[in-house]
Amino acid sequence: MSARRRPAIWRWVVLVLLGVYFLVPLVASFWFTIDDRRRGGLTGEYYTGIVGAEGFLPAFGLSMRLALLTILITLALMIPTILVVHLQLPRLRPVVELITLLPLVLPPIALVVGVGSVLRWGPNELAGTPLGDFLVGLQDENMPWILVFVYVVLALPFAYRSLDAGIRAVDLHTLVEAARNLGASWPKVVWQVVVPVLRTSVLNAAFLTLALVLGEYTIARLLIFEPFSVWIVQISGSEAQLSVSVSVLSLALTWLLLIAVSSLGGRRGREATLRSL
Amino acid sequence: MTETLDRGAGAPSTGAAAPRRRRPHRGKALAWLAVLPFFVVVGVFFFLPAGVLFFDAFRITDPDTQVTRFGLDNLEQASKGGYRTAFMGSIKLSVVTAVLGAVLGLLLAQAVVTARRGNLLRRLVLTASGVLANFGGVPLAFAFIATIGNAGVITALLKDAFGYDLGSSLYSFSGLALVYLYFLVPLMVLVIVPALDGLRPQWHEAAENLGATRWQYWRHVGGPILAPPVVGATMLLFCSAFAAFATAAAMVGSTVPLVTLQISDVLSGNVLAGQENVGKALGLGMVAVIAVVMTVYVLVQRRTSRWFR
Repeated sequence: MSARRRPAIWRWVVLVLLGVYFLVPLVASFWFTIDDRRRGGLTGEYYTGIVGAEGFLPAFGLSMRLALLTILITLALMIPTILVVHLQLPRLRPVVELITLLPLVLPPIALVVGVGSVLRWGPNELAGTPLGDFLVGLQDENMPWILVFVYVVLALPFAYRSLDAGIRAVDLHTLVEAARNLGASWPKVVWQVVVPVLRTSVLNAAFLTLALVLGEYTIARLLIFEPFSVWIVQISGSEAQLSVSVSVLSLALTWLLLIAVSSLGGRRGREATLRSL
Repeated sequence: MTETLDRGAGAPSTGAAAPRRRRPHRGKALAWLAVLPFFVVVGVFFFLPAGVLFFDAFRITDPDTQVTRFGLDNLEQASKGGYRTAFMGSIKLSVVTAVLGAVLGLLLAQAVVTARRGNLLRRLVLTASGVLANFGGVPLAFAFIATIGNAGVITALLKDAFGYDLGSSLYSFSGLALVYLYFLVPLMVLVIVPALDGLRPQWHEAAENLGATRWQYWRHVGGPILAPPVVGATMLLFCSAFAAFATAAAMVGSTVPLVTLQISDVLSGNVLAGQENVGKALGLGMVAVIAVVMTVYVLVQRRTSRWFR
Protein backbone atom coordinates (compact mmCIF):
# COMPACT_ATOMS: atom_id res chain seq x y z
CA MET A 1 0.00 0.00 0.00
CA SER A 2 0.99 3.59 -0.30
CA ALA A 3 4.08 4.74 1.52
CA ARG A 4 2.96 8.34 1.10
CA ARG A 5 0.29 8.18 3.75
CA ARG A 6 1.18 9.88 6.99
CA PRO A 7 2.58 7.54 9.61
CA ALA A 8 -0.35 6.17 11.57
CA ILE A 9 -0.05 7.54 15.06
CA TRP A 10 -3.06 5.56 16.23
CA ARG A 11 -1.19 2.34 15.54
CA TRP A 12 1.60 3.25 17.93
CA VAL A 13 -0.82 4.50 20.55
CA VAL A 14 -2.70 1.18 20.41
CA LEU A 15 0.43 -0.94 20.42
CA VAL A 16 2.10 0.93 23.27
CA LEU A 17 -0.99 1.15 25.50
CA LEU A 18 -1.97 -2.48 25.07
CA GLY A 19 1.67 -3.52 25.34
CA VAL A 20 1.87 -1.82 28.72
CA TYR A 21 -1.43 -3.37 29.80
CA PHE A 22 -0.27 -6.87 28.90
CA LEU A 23 3.31 -6.61 30.14
CA VAL A 24 2.83 -4.86 33.49
CA PRO A 25 0.99 -7.73 35.24
CA LEU A 26 3.58 -10.22 34.00
CA VAL A 27 6.56 -8.14 35.12
CA ALA A 28 4.88 -7.18 38.39
CA SER A 29 3.97 -10.81 39.16
CA PHE A 30 7.54 -11.88 38.56
CA TRP A 31 8.85 -9.08 40.76
CA PHE A 32 6.33 -10.04 43.43
CA THR A 33 7.84 -13.53 43.58
CA ILE A 34 11.52 -12.57 43.69
CA ASP A 35 11.24 -9.57 46.02
CA ASP A 36 12.20 -10.62 49.54
CA ARG A 37 9.87 -8.64 51.76
CA ARG A 38 11.27 -9.84 55.06
CA ARG A 39 15.00 -9.37 54.56
CA GLY A 40 15.10 -7.08 51.53
CA GLY A 41 16.93 -7.91 48.33
CA LEU A 42 16.02 -10.67 45.96
CA THR A 43 15.16 -14.27 46.61
CA GLY A 44 14.51 -17.41 44.62
CA GLU A 45 12.94 -19.29 47.49
CA TYR A 46 9.42 -19.08 46.10
CA TYR A 47 10.54 -20.97 43.02
CA THR A 48 12.83 -23.49 44.71
CA GLY A 49 10.20 -24.06 47.38
CA ILE A 50 7.44 -25.10 44.96
CA VAL A 51 8.29 -28.79 44.74
CA GLY A 52 8.68 -29.11 48.49
CA ALA A 53 5.50 -27.21 49.27
CA GLU A 54 2.89 -29.16 51.13
CA GLY A 55 0.40 -30.83 48.82
CA PHE A 56 2.12 -29.78 45.60
CA LEU A 57 3.30 -33.17 44.44
CA PRO A 58 -0.01 -35.02 44.93
CA ALA A 59 -1.94 -32.16 43.28
CA PHE A 60 0.46 -31.83 40.36
CA GLY A 61 0.61 -35.60 39.93
CA LEU A 62 -3.18 -35.77 39.83
CA SER A 63 -3.33 -32.98 37.23
CA MET A 64 -0.74 -34.74 35.07
CA ARG A 65 -2.56 -38.07 35.26
CA LEU A 66 -5.84 -36.36 34.42
CA ALA A 67 -4.25 -34.54 31.49
CA LEU A 68 -2.63 -37.66 30.05
CA LEU A 69 -5.78 -39.78 30.32
CA THR A 70 -7.97 -37.00 28.95
CA ILE A 71 -5.70 -36.53 25.94
CA LEU A 72 -5.54 -40.27 25.22
CA ILE A 73 -9.29 -40.79 25.54
CA THR A 74 -10.13 -37.67 23.55
CA LEU A 75 -7.90 -38.76 20.68
CA ALA A 76 -9.03 -42.39 20.88
CA LEU A 77 -12.64 -41.23 20.61
CA MET A 78 -12.24 -38.43 18.10
CA ILE A 79 -9.83 -39.84 15.51
CA PRO A 80 -12.02 -42.85 14.58
CA THR A 81 -15.18 -40.74 14.78
CA ILE A 82 -13.86 -38.02 12.53
CA LEU A 83 -12.49 -40.55 10.04
CA VAL A 84 -15.79 -42.39 9.87
CA VAL A 85 -17.85 -39.25 9.34
CA HIS A 86 -15.45 -38.05 6.65
CA LEU A 87 -14.98 -41.35 4.84
CA GLN A 88 -17.94 -43.60 5.49
CA LEU A 89 -20.93 -41.96 7.10
CA PRO A 90 -20.96 -38.41 5.74
CA ARG A 91 -24.58 -38.01 6.70
CA LEU A 92 -23.54 -38.26 10.33
CA ARG A 93 -21.14 -35.35 10.00
CA PRO A 94 -23.53 -32.48 10.77
CA VAL A 95 -24.78 -34.42 13.80
CA VAL A 96 -21.29 -34.93 15.19
CA GLU A 97 -20.41 -31.32 14.38
CA LEU A 98 -23.43 -30.07 16.29
CA ILE A 99 -22.77 -32.35 19.26
CA THR A 100 -19.20 -31.13 19.54
CA LEU A 101 -20.48 -27.55 19.66
CA LEU A 102 -22.93 -28.17 22.49
CA PRO A 103 -20.40 -28.16 25.36
CA LEU A 104 -19.77 -24.51 24.46
CA VAL A 105 -23.43 -23.67 25.01
CA LEU A 106 -23.65 -25.26 28.44
CA PRO A 107 -21.24 -23.42 30.79
CA PRO A 108 -19.02 -25.79 32.83
CA ILE A 109 -20.58 -24.55 36.04
CA ALA A 110 -24.04 -25.57 34.81
CA LEU A 111 -22.75 -28.91 33.54
CA VAL A 112 -21.17 -29.70 36.89
CA VAL A 113 -24.49 -29.10 38.65
CA GLY A 114 -26.01 -31.86 36.53
CA VAL A 115 -22.98 -34.12 36.90
CA GLY A 116 -23.12 -33.71 40.67
CA SER A 117 -26.76 -34.80 40.73
CA VAL A 118 -26.07 -37.89 38.63
CA LEU A 119 -23.11 -38.82 40.83
CA ARG A 120 -25.26 -38.60 43.96
CA TRP A 121 -27.46 -41.39 42.58
CA GLY A 122 -24.51 -43.72 43.23
CA PRO A 123 -24.63 -43.79 47.04
CA ASN A 124 -28.38 -42.97 47.18
CA GLU A 125 -31.03 -44.10 44.69
CA LEU A 126 -28.82 -46.68 42.99
CA ALA A 127 -26.88 -47.87 46.05
CA GLY A 128 -25.83 -51.50 45.80
CA THR A 129 -26.64 -51.89 42.12
CA PRO A 130 -23.84 -52.35 39.55
CA LEU A 131 -24.68 -48.93 38.12
CA GLY A 132 -24.48 -47.41 41.58
CA ASP A 133 -21.08 -49.02 42.15
CA PHE A 134 -19.96 -47.66 38.81
CA LEU A 135 -20.99 -44.12 39.79
CA VAL A 136 -19.23 -44.44 43.14
CA GLY A 137 -16.13 -45.86 41.43
CA LEU A 138 -15.98 -42.84 39.12
CA GLN A 139 -15.45 -40.61 42.15
CA ASP A 140 -12.44 -42.41 43.57
CA GLU A 141 -10.32 -39.83 45.36
CA ASN A 142 -7.01 -41.06 43.93
CA MET A 143 -8.20 -41.51 40.37
CA PRO A 144 -11.34 -39.45 39.73
CA TRP A 145 -12.40 -40.88 36.36
CA ILE A 146 -15.40 -38.60 36.42
CA LEU A 147 -13.08 -35.60 35.93
CA VAL A 148 -11.38 -37.35 33.01
CA PHE A 149 -14.67 -37.95 31.20
CA VAL A 150 -16.10 -34.49 31.89
CA TYR A 151 -12.82 -32.99 30.64
CA VAL A 152 -13.10 -35.14 27.52
CA VAL A 153 -16.50 -33.56 26.91
CA LEU A 154 -15.15 -30.06 27.55
CA ALA A 155 -12.24 -30.70 25.16
CA LEU A 156 -14.48 -31.96 22.33
CA PRO A 157 -15.13 -28.59 20.64
CA PHE A 158 -11.41 -27.80 20.40
CA ALA A 159 -10.24 -31.32 19.55
CA TYR A 160 -12.89 -31.76 16.86
CA ARG A 161 -12.20 -28.45 15.16
CA SER A 162 -8.47 -28.99 15.25
CA LEU A 163 -8.68 -32.47 13.71
CA ASP A 164 -11.36 -31.40 11.25
CA ALA A 165 -9.16 -28.58 9.96
CA GLY A 166 -6.33 -31.07 9.48
CA ILE A 167 -8.49 -33.49 7.52
CA ARG A 168 -9.89 -30.78 5.26
CA ALA A 169 -6.38 -29.59 4.41
CA VAL A 170 -5.39 -32.87 2.70
CA ASP A 171 -7.09 -35.26 0.31
CA LEU A 172 -7.50 -37.97 2.89
CA HIS A 173 -9.89 -39.99 0.72
CA THR A 174 -7.28 -40.66 -1.93
CA LEU A 175 -4.58 -41.44 0.60
CA VAL A 176 -6.73 -43.88 2.54
CA GLU A 177 -8.06 -45.54 -0.63
CA ALA A 178 -4.53 -45.94 -1.93
CA ALA A 179 -3.40 -47.54 1.31
CA ARG A 180 -6.43 -49.84 1.40
CA ASN A 181 -5.98 -50.90 -2.21
CA LEU A 182 -2.37 -51.72 -1.47
CA GLY A 183 -3.61 -54.10 1.19
CA ALA A 184 -3.06 -52.15 4.40
CA SER A 185 -5.30 -53.11 7.28
CA TRP A 186 -7.39 -50.45 8.97
CA PRO A 187 -5.20 -50.17 12.07
CA LYS A 188 -2.21 -49.84 9.77
CA VAL A 189 -3.97 -47.14 7.75
CA VAL A 190 -4.74 -45.18 10.89
CA TRP A 191 -1.27 -45.56 12.37
CA GLN A 192 0.86 -45.13 9.23
CA VAL A 193 -1.22 -42.84 7.02
CA VAL A 194 -3.77 -40.90 9.02
CA VAL A 195 -1.77 -40.09 12.14
CA PRO A 196 1.33 -38.85 10.25
CA VAL A 197 -0.83 -36.74 7.92
CA LEU A 198 -2.71 -35.31 10.85
CA ARG A 199 0.39 -34.92 13.02
CA THR A 200 0.02 -31.17 13.45
CA SER A 201 -3.70 -31.37 14.16
CA VAL A 202 -3.25 -34.20 16.61
CA LEU A 203 -0.53 -32.23 18.41
CA ASN A 204 -2.78 -29.19 18.41
CA ALA A 205 -5.68 -31.11 19.85
CA ALA A 206 -3.40 -32.63 22.49
CA PHE A 207 -1.97 -29.25 23.40
CA LEU A 208 -5.36 -27.60 23.72
CA THR A 209 -6.60 -30.47 25.86
CA LEU A 210 -3.52 -30.26 28.06
CA ALA A 211 -3.96 -26.52 28.58
CA LEU A 212 -7.62 -27.04 29.37
CA VAL A 213 -7.03 -29.79 31.93
CA LEU A 214 -4.12 -28.09 33.69
CA GLY A 215 -6.09 -24.85 34.04
CA GLU A 216 -9.49 -26.33 34.82
CA TYR A 217 -10.83 -25.23 38.19
CA THR A 218 -14.63 -25.11 38.10
CA ILE A 219 -15.45 -28.80 37.78
CA ALA A 220 -12.69 -30.02 40.10
CA ARG A 221 -13.51 -27.53 42.82
CA LEU A 222 -17.26 -28.16 42.78
CA LEU A 223 -16.86 -31.95 42.75
CA ILE A 224 -14.36 -31.48 45.63
CA PHE A 225 -11.18 -32.89 44.12
CA GLU A 226 -7.82 -31.24 44.51
CA PRO A 227 -5.77 -31.03 41.33
CA PHE A 228 -3.17 -28.34 40.68
CA SER A 229 -5.50 -25.36 40.11
CA VAL A 230 -7.56 -26.02 43.23
CA TRP A 231 -4.36 -26.46 45.24
CA ILE A 232 -3.08 -23.02 44.19
CA VAL A 233 -6.22 -21.38 45.53
CA GLN A 234 -6.00 -23.42 48.74
CA ILE A 235 -2.49 -22.18 49.54
CA SER A 236 -2.99 -18.60 48.34
CA GLY A 237 -4.29 -17.51 51.72
CA SER A 238 -1.17 -18.47 53.66
CA GLU A 239 1.45 -18.48 50.88
CA ALA A 240 0.67 -15.53 48.60
CA GLN A 241 4.08 -15.42 46.92
CA LEU A 242 4.12 -19.14 46.32
CA SER A 243 0.71 -19.08 44.61
CA VAL A 244 1.92 -16.30 42.31
CA SER A 245 5.21 -18.05 41.50
CA VAL A 246 3.29 -21.18 40.54
CA SER A 247 1.01 -19.05 38.34
CA VAL A 248 4.01 -17.45 36.63
CA LEU A 249 5.53 -20.87 36.02
CA SER A 250 2.32 -22.28 34.60
CA LEU A 251 2.17 -19.39 32.13
CA ALA A 252 5.79 -19.99 31.13
CA LEU A 253 5.03 -23.68 30.68
CA THR A 254 2.05 -22.93 28.42
CA TRP A 255 4.22 -20.59 26.38
CA LEU A 256 6.96 -23.18 25.93
CA LEU A 257 4.46 -25.88 24.97
CA LEU A 258 2.85 -23.63 22.38
CA ILE A 259 6.20 -22.77 20.85
CA ALA A 260 7.22 -26.43 20.86
CA VAL A 261 4.00 -27.51 19.15
CA SER A 262 4.18 -24.79 16.52
CA SER A 263 7.84 -25.42 15.70
CA LEU A 264 7.14 -29.15 15.31
CA GLY A 265 4.31 -28.37 12.98
CA GLY A 266 6.27 -25.97 10.78
CA ARG A 267 5.04 -22.67 9.39
CA ARG A 268 1.63 -23.75 8.22
CA GLY A 269 1.13 -25.56 11.47
CA ARG A 270 1.91 -22.46 13.45
CA GLU A 271 -0.77 -20.40 11.78
CA ALA A 272 -3.20 -23.28 12.24
CA THR A 273 -2.26 -23.63 15.89
CA LEU A 274 -2.96 -20.00 16.53
CA ARG A 275 -6.21 -20.03 14.62
CA SER A 276 -7.58 -23.04 16.40
CA LEU A 277 -6.71 -21.49 19.74
CA MET B 1 -12.91 -55.39 5.82
CA THR B 2 -11.16 -54.77 2.55
CA GLU B 3 -14.31 -53.81 0.71
CA THR B 4 -15.26 -50.78 2.74
CA LEU B 5 -13.46 -48.32 0.50
CA ASP B 6 -13.28 -50.45 -2.64
CA ARG B 7 -14.63 -47.95 -5.11
CA GLY B 8 -11.77 -48.03 -7.59
CA ALA B 9 -9.38 -45.21 -8.34
CA GLY B 10 -10.91 -42.01 -9.62
CA ALA B 11 -14.35 -42.68 -8.21
CA PRO B 12 -15.90 -39.54 -6.79
CA SER B 13 -14.82 -39.57 -3.22
CA THR B 14 -17.43 -37.24 -1.82
CA GLY B 15 -21.19 -37.42 -1.62
CA ALA B 16 -23.48 -39.23 0.73
CA ALA B 17 -24.34 -42.36 -1.21
CA ALA B 18 -21.14 -43.61 -2.78
CA PRO B 19 -21.76 -46.92 -4.55
CA ARG B 20 -20.34 -50.01 -2.96
CA ARG B 21 -20.19 -53.27 -4.81
CA ARG B 22 -19.60 -56.00 -2.30
CA ARG B 23 -21.04 -56.62 1.12
CA PRO B 24 -21.64 -53.03 2.09
CA HIS B 25 -23.33 -53.95 5.36
CA ARG B 26 -20.23 -55.10 7.14
CA GLY B 27 -18.41 -51.86 6.38
CA LYS B 28 -21.32 -49.81 7.61
CA ALA B 29 -21.58 -51.88 10.76
CA LEU B 30 -17.88 -51.42 11.44
CA ALA B 31 -18.21 -47.71 10.86
CA TRP B 32 -21.05 -47.49 13.36
CA LEU B 33 -19.03 -49.53 15.81
CA ALA B 34 -16.18 -47.01 15.49
CA VAL B 35 -18.39 -44.02 16.33
CA LEU B 36 -20.29 -45.80 19.09
CA PRO B 37 -17.84 -44.97 21.94
CA PHE B 38 -18.08 -41.27 21.04
CA PHE B 39 -21.87 -41.33 21.34
CA VAL B 40 -21.76 -43.34 24.56
CA VAL B 41 -19.34 -40.95 26.28
CA VAL B 42 -21.19 -37.86 25.09
CA GLY B 43 -24.49 -39.43 26.10
CA VAL B 44 -23.43 -40.41 29.60
CA PHE B 45 -21.25 -37.43 30.48
CA PHE B 46 -23.00 -34.63 28.63
CA PHE B 47 -26.60 -35.39 27.67
CA LEU B 48 -27.47 -37.24 30.89
CA PRO B 49 -26.24 -34.47 33.27
CA ALA B 50 -27.69 -31.78 30.99
CA GLY B 51 -31.02 -33.62 30.98
CA VAL B 52 -30.96 -33.94 34.76
CA LEU B 53 -30.24 -30.22 35.01
CA PHE B 54 -33.27 -29.33 32.87
CA PHE B 55 -35.52 -31.90 34.56
CA ASP B 56 -34.57 -30.99 38.14
CA ALA B 57 -34.92 -27.27 37.47
CA PHE B 58 -38.67 -27.92 37.41
CA ARG B 59 -38.76 -30.42 40.28
CA ILE B 60 -39.66 -29.35 43.79
CA THR B 61 -39.26 -31.56 46.83
CA ASP B 62 -41.20 -30.58 49.92
CA PRO B 63 -38.70 -30.42 52.83
CA ASP B 64 -41.19 -31.84 55.35
CA THR B 65 -43.03 -34.56 53.47
CA GLN B 66 -40.37 -35.38 50.84
CA VAL B 67 -43.11 -35.32 48.23
CA THR B 68 -41.91 -34.38 44.77
CA ARG B 69 -43.87 -32.32 42.29
CA PHE B 70 -43.16 -30.27 39.19
CA GLY B 71 -43.60 -26.56 38.80
CA LEU B 72 -41.95 -23.23 38.18
CA ASP B 73 -41.09 -22.51 41.84
CA ASN B 74 -37.33 -22.99 41.36
CA LEU B 75 -37.25 -20.70 38.35
CA GLU B 76 -39.28 -18.14 40.25
CA GLN B 77 -36.83 -18.32 43.16
CA ALA B 78 -33.94 -18.00 40.76
CA SER B 79 -35.33 -14.82 39.24
CA LYS B 80 -35.80 -12.97 42.53
CA GLY B 81 -33.70 -11.05 45.03
CA GLY B 82 -30.01 -11.87 45.17
CA TYR B 83 -30.20 -14.25 42.25
CA ARG B 84 -31.72 -11.58 40.04
CA THR B 85 -28.98 -9.14 41.06
CA ALA B 86 -26.41 -11.83 40.23
CA PHE B 87 -27.89 -12.39 36.77
CA MET B 88 -27.90 -8.65 36.10
CA GLY B 89 -24.33 -8.39 37.38
CA SER B 90 -23.13 -11.20 35.13
CA ILE B 91 -24.89 -9.82 32.07
CA LYS B 92 -23.60 -6.29 32.70
CA LEU B 93 -20.03 -7.48 33.23
CA SER B 94 -20.17 -9.67 30.12
CA VAL B 95 -21.63 -6.94 27.89
CA VAL B 96 -19.10 -4.33 29.07
CA THR B 97 -16.09 -6.65 28.72
CA ALA B 98 -17.27 -8.15 25.41
CA VAL B 99 -17.75 -4.75 23.78
CA LEU B 100 -14.53 -3.28 25.19
CA GLY B 101 -12.64 -6.46 24.36
CA ALA B 102 -13.99 -6.48 20.81
CA VAL B 103 -13.06 -2.83 20.19
CA LEU B 104 -9.58 -3.12 21.68
CA GLY B 105 -8.94 -6.48 20.03
CA LEU B 106 -10.07 -5.13 16.66
CA LEU B 107 -7.79 -2.09 16.99
CA LEU B 108 -4.83 -4.27 17.97
CA ALA B 109 -5.48 -6.74 15.16
CA GLN B 110 -5.80 -3.93 12.60
CA ALA B 111 -2.60 -2.31 13.91
CA VAL B 112 -0.76 -5.60 13.44
CA VAL B 113 -2.27 -6.60 10.10
CA THR B 114 -1.65 -3.26 8.40
CA ALA B 115 1.81 -2.61 9.83
CA ARG B 116 4.44 -2.23 7.13
CA ARG B 117 7.20 -4.83 7.46
CA GLY B 118 5.08 -6.18 10.31
CA ASN B 119 5.97 -9.83 9.97
CA LEU B 120 7.85 -10.07 13.25
CA LEU B 121 5.27 -7.93 15.04
CA ARG B 122 2.51 -10.09 13.65
CA ARG B 123 4.08 -13.32 14.79
CA LEU B 124 4.85 -11.89 18.20
CA VAL B 125 1.33 -10.60 18.77
CA LEU B 126 -0.33 -13.77 17.44
CA THR B 127 1.82 -16.09 19.56
CA ALA B 128 1.28 -13.95 22.64
CA SER B 129 -2.46 -13.88 21.94
CA GLY B 130 -2.52 -17.66 21.62
CA VAL B 131 -0.96 -18.01 25.04
CA LEU B 132 -2.83 -15.21 26.80
CA ALA B 133 -6.25 -16.25 25.46
CA ASN B 134 -5.65 -19.50 27.36
CA PHE B 135 -4.29 -17.69 30.40
CA GLY B 136 -7.65 -17.50 32.10
CA GLY B 137 -8.69 -18.92 35.36
CA VAL B 138 -6.79 -19.04 38.58
CA PRO B 139 -3.25 -17.99 37.53
CA LEU B 140 -4.64 -14.84 35.90
CA ALA B 141 -6.39 -13.84 39.10
CA PHE B 142 -3.15 -14.23 41.06
CA ALA B 143 -1.13 -12.27 38.52
CA PHE B 144 -3.48 -9.31 38.98
CA ILE B 145 -3.57 -9.70 42.77
CA ALA B 146 0.25 -9.54 42.74
CA THR B 147 0.09 -6.44 40.57
CA ILE B 148 -2.71 -4.21 41.83
CA GLY B 149 -4.13 -6.17 44.75
CA ASN B 150 -3.90 -5.06 48.38
CA ALA B 151 -0.21 -6.00 48.62
CA GLY B 152 0.49 -5.68 44.90
CA VAL B 153 3.68 -4.35 43.37
CA ILE B 154 2.03 -1.49 41.50
CA THR B 155 -0.19 -0.68 44.47
CA ALA B 156 2.91 -0.24 46.64
CA LEU B 157 4.68 1.73 43.91
CA LEU B 158 1.78 4.17 43.54
CA LYS B 159 1.53 4.61 47.28
CA ASP B 160 5.25 5.27 47.74
CA ALA B 161 5.71 7.50 44.71
CA PHE B 162 2.47 9.48 44.53
CA GLY B 163 0.73 8.77 47.81
CA TYR B 164 -2.17 7.35 45.79
CA ASP B 165 -3.91 4.37 47.35
CA LEU B 166 -5.54 1.88 45.01
CA GLY B 167 -7.01 0.17 48.03
CA SER B 168 -9.35 -2.65 47.17
CA SER B 169 -10.38 -1.38 43.76
CA LEU B 170 -9.24 -4.62 42.13
CA TYR B 171 -11.86 -6.60 44.03
CA SER B 172 -14.78 -4.81 42.38
CA PHE B 173 -16.82 -4.79 39.20
CA SER B 174 -14.37 -2.63 37.26
CA GLY B 175 -11.40 -4.57 38.66
CA LEU B 176 -12.95 -7.78 37.42
CA ALA B 177 -13.62 -6.19 34.02
CA LEU B 178 -9.97 -5.15 33.79
CA VAL B 179 -8.89 -8.72 34.51
CA TYR B 180 -11.35 -10.29 32.06
CA LEU B 181 -10.05 -8.07 29.25
CA TYR B 182 -6.67 -9.70 29.74
CA PHE B 183 -7.90 -12.88 28.08
CA LEU B 184 -10.76 -11.43 26.01
CA VAL B 185 -8.63 -8.99 23.96
CA PRO B 186 -6.21 -11.76 22.83
CA LEU B 187 -9.19 -14.00 22.04
CA MET B 188 -10.63 -11.23 19.84
CA VAL B 189 -7.28 -10.82 18.07
CA LEU B 190 -7.11 -14.54 17.29
CA VAL B 191 -10.65 -14.70 15.99
CA ILE B 192 -10.62 -11.52 13.95
CA VAL B 193 -7.18 -11.55 12.29
CA PRO B 194 -8.29 -14.04 9.58
CA ALA B 195 -11.24 -11.77 8.76
CA LEU B 196 -8.97 -8.71 8.52
CA ASP B 197 -6.60 -10.69 6.31
CA GLY B 198 -9.58 -11.28 4.04
CA LEU B 199 -9.95 -7.55 3.35
CA ARG B 200 -8.05 -7.22 0.08
CA PRO B 201 -5.87 -4.14 -0.39
CA GLN B 202 -7.26 -3.93 -3.93
CA TRP B 203 -10.67 -2.99 -2.55
CA HIS B 204 -9.16 -0.12 -0.63
CA GLU B 205 -7.19 0.97 -3.70
CA ALA B 206 -10.28 0.72 -5.90
CA ALA B 207 -12.27 2.85 -3.48
CA GLU B 208 -9.41 5.33 -3.24
CA ASN B 209 -9.11 5.56 -7.04
CA LEU B 210 -12.84 6.24 -7.26
CA GLY B 211 -12.32 9.16 -4.89
CA ALA B 212 -13.60 7.65 -1.66
CA THR B 213 -12.36 9.07 1.60
CA ARG B 214 -11.08 6.82 4.36
CA TRP B 215 -14.39 7.18 6.17
CA GLN B 216 -16.37 6.33 3.04
CA TYR B 217 -14.27 3.22 2.50
CA TRP B 218 -14.96 1.94 6.00
CA ARG B 219 -18.62 3.00 5.88
CA HIS B 220 -19.47 1.32 2.56
CA VAL B 221 -16.84 -1.36 1.95
CA GLY B 222 -14.76 -2.46 4.92
CA GLY B 223 -17.42 -2.05 7.59
CA PRO B 224 -20.16 -4.15 5.99
CA ILE B 225 -17.71 -6.91 5.14
CA LEU B 226 -16.30 -7.02 8.65
CA ALA B 227 -19.62 -6.62 10.46
CA PRO B 228 -20.64 -10.31 10.63
CA PRO B 229 -17.30 -11.64 11.89
CA VAL B 230 -17.01 -8.78 14.38
CA VAL B 231 -20.53 -9.33 15.70
CA GLY B 232 -19.89 -13.07 15.90
CA ALA B 233 -16.63 -12.58 17.76
CA THR B 234 -18.29 -10.18 20.20
CA MET B 235 -20.92 -12.82 20.96
CA LEU B 236 -18.14 -15.34 21.55
CA LEU B 237 -16.48 -12.92 23.97
CA PHE B 238 -19.80 -12.41 25.75
CA CYS B 239 -20.31 -16.14 26.26
CA SER B 240 -16.72 -16.54 27.38
CA ALA B 241 -17.07 -13.81 30.01
CA PHE B 242 -20.54 -14.95 31.05
CA ALA B 243 -19.42 -18.52 31.76
CA ALA B 244 -16.16 -17.56 33.50
CA PHE B 245 -15.95 -18.73 37.08
CA ALA B 246 -12.42 -19.51 38.20
CA THR B 247 -10.99 -16.00 37.88
CA ALA B 248 -13.87 -14.43 39.78
CA ALA B 249 -13.91 -17.15 42.44
CA ALA B 250 -10.18 -16.86 43.10
CA MET B 251 -10.24 -13.07 43.10
CA VAL B 252 -13.39 -11.65 44.60
CA GLY B 253 -14.95 -14.59 46.46
CA SER B 254 -18.53 -13.39 46.36
CA THR B 255 -18.23 -9.64 46.85
CA VAL B 256 -19.29 -9.04 43.24
CA PRO B 257 -22.70 -10.55 42.46
CA LEU B 258 -22.23 -13.01 39.60
CA VAL B 259 -24.46 -15.90 38.68
CA THR B 260 -21.58 -18.41 38.46
CA LEU B 261 -20.57 -17.55 42.03
CA GLN B 262 -24.18 -17.95 43.17
CA ILE B 263 -24.40 -21.42 41.62
CA SER B 264 -21.21 -22.43 43.40
CA ASP B 265 -22.72 -21.12 46.66
CA VAL B 266 -25.86 -23.16 46.15
CA LEU B 267 -23.82 -26.27 45.35
CA SER B 268 -21.71 -25.83 48.45
CA GLY B 269 -24.89 -26.10 50.47
CA ASN B 270 -25.59 -22.48 51.32
CA VAL B 271 -29.33 -22.73 50.69
CA LEU B 272 -32.50 -23.35 52.64
CA ALA B 273 -33.92 -26.86 52.72
CA GLY B 274 -36.17 -27.58 49.76
CA GLN B 275 -34.30 -25.16 47.53
CA GLU B 276 -31.49 -27.44 46.39
CA ASN B 277 -32.80 -27.37 42.86
CA VAL B 278 -32.52 -23.58 42.65
CA GLY B 279 -28.92 -24.17 41.50
CA LYS B 280 -30.28 -26.09 38.54
CA ALA B 281 -32.75 -23.34 37.77
CA LEU B 282 -29.84 -20.86 37.80
CA GLY B 283 -27.93 -23.14 35.43
CA LEU B 284 -30.94 -23.30 33.15
CA GLY B 285 -31.12 -19.49 33.26
CA MET B 286 -27.50 -19.28 32.10
CA VAL B 287 -28.25 -21.62 29.21
CA ALA B 288 -31.28 -19.47 28.30
CA VAL B 289 -29.13 -16.30 28.18
CA ILE B 290 -26.54 -18.02 25.99
CA ALA B 291 -29.29 -19.43 23.76
CA VAL B 292 -30.68 -15.92 23.20
CA VAL B 293 -27.21 -14.63 22.29
CA MET B 294 -26.67 -17.55 19.90
CA THR B 295 -30.04 -16.95 18.22
CA VAL B 296 -29.27 -13.28 17.67
CA TYR B 297 -25.89 -14.34 16.28
CA VAL B 298 -27.42 -16.81 13.82
CA LEU B 299 -29.98 -14.21 12.68
CA VAL B 300 -27.28 -11.58 12.15
CA GLN B 301 -25.11 -14.06 10.23
CA ARG B 302 -28.01 -15.14 8.03
CA ARG B 303 -28.96 -11.54 7.21
CA THR B 304 -25.46 -10.39 6.43
CA SER B 305 -24.28 -13.48 4.60
CA ARG B 306 -26.58 -12.47 1.73
CA TRP B 307 -24.10 -9.77 0.80
CA PHE B 308 -21.50 -12.33 -0.06
CA ARG B 309 -23.57 -14.27 -2.59
